[in-house]
Amino acid sequence: MTVLREIEKEFMRSDIPDFGPGDTVRVYVRIKELKEDPKSKKLVEKIRIQPFEGVVIRRKGGGLSETFTVRKVTQGVGIEKVFPVHSPVIEKVEVLRRGKVRRARIYYLRERKGKKARIREKI
Amino acid sequence: MIGLIGRKLGMTQIPTEDGSMTAVTVIEAGPCTVIQGKTIERDGYNAVKLAFGDVDAKKLTKPRLAELKKILGEREKYPARVIREFRVDDVSKFQLGQEIKAFEIFDEGERIDITGFSKGKGFQGVTKRWGFSGGPKSHGSKFHSRPGSIGQHTDPGRVYKGRKLAGHEGMKRITVKNLQIAKILPEKNVILVKGAIPGPCGTVVCVKKAKERSK
Repeated sequence: MTVLREIEKEFMRSDIPDFGPGDTVRVYVRIKELKEDPKSKKLVEKIRIQPFEGVVIRRKGGGLSETFTVRKVTQGVGIEKVFPVHSPVIEKVEVLRRGKVRRARIYYLRERKGKKARIREKI
Repeated sequence: MIGLIGRKLGMTQIPTEDGSMTAVTVIEAGPCTVIQGKTIERDGYNAVKLAFGDVDAKKLTKPRLAELKKILGEREKYPARVIREFRVDDVSKFQLGQEIKAFEIFDEGERIDITGFSKGKGFQGVTKRWGFSGGPKSHGSKFHSRPGSIGQHTDPGRVYKGRKLAGHEGMKRITVKNLQIAKILPEKNVILVKGAIPGPCGTVVCVKKAKERSK
């Protein structure tokens, strides 16, 4: 197993900041899409960066396979996205707020909304 | 076609260019030492004998040790835990004592065949071993995981050979064909192969270039 971890390190990213459940983060996601070029009228592959802001509700797995889940509520609909921590899709991660929570998986946020879904800030 | 002897280290996932993750098997492939060449004139076929994995000199048999001494000289450890033969077209391309490494014979993206022994499952029933559907689990059924009828009556009065029945499963020599090399790490002698390969972690496997499809 330790040999495997050693090999995983070759693919791991070191530029991802340290964050955990309860923290509010903004994940900048690289999205590849085909767009029509106004000049040549041809479809060109373009990379767009889309921020996704929300609360980290868990970190799962270890090593290269580690993922984290970000939850946000848009127009009353809860959206959760799972990102691999070491994925090249992630342009960068910004930590906006450090939250104080008492468990590693804050699934209870799913049943709460509005004022009840607040998380105390870590000081 | 020359190949390498390797050891399965385990599985993990690596990011691909388009941003998704792919499951890969990590294989420590080589370095393998050439310890014998076989030619058509002398042996009836062309092949090279490769050795892999360190082993203490005192653990080897005396004939083997003498053979290795002749090629590699006096040593405390010899690379001879596993010895396998690989058929080649031209033996003269290899020298005795030459070390063959993964990055010398394989490229990234290349197709390979991997041979190894699958995980042993012990004595298994017909449901697991052959995928029989068995009977209903409930509604008064007493027929659950049995094979059912295995033949006719007095004529022929015997069970035909090859009938699928319960028995030992796994620990069989299996070749997985046309696997793709995702990455080669030359300084670690490690190759990453897309998908799964037979056997538990630590098992010895043979890695060869794909027979049916290359690139």
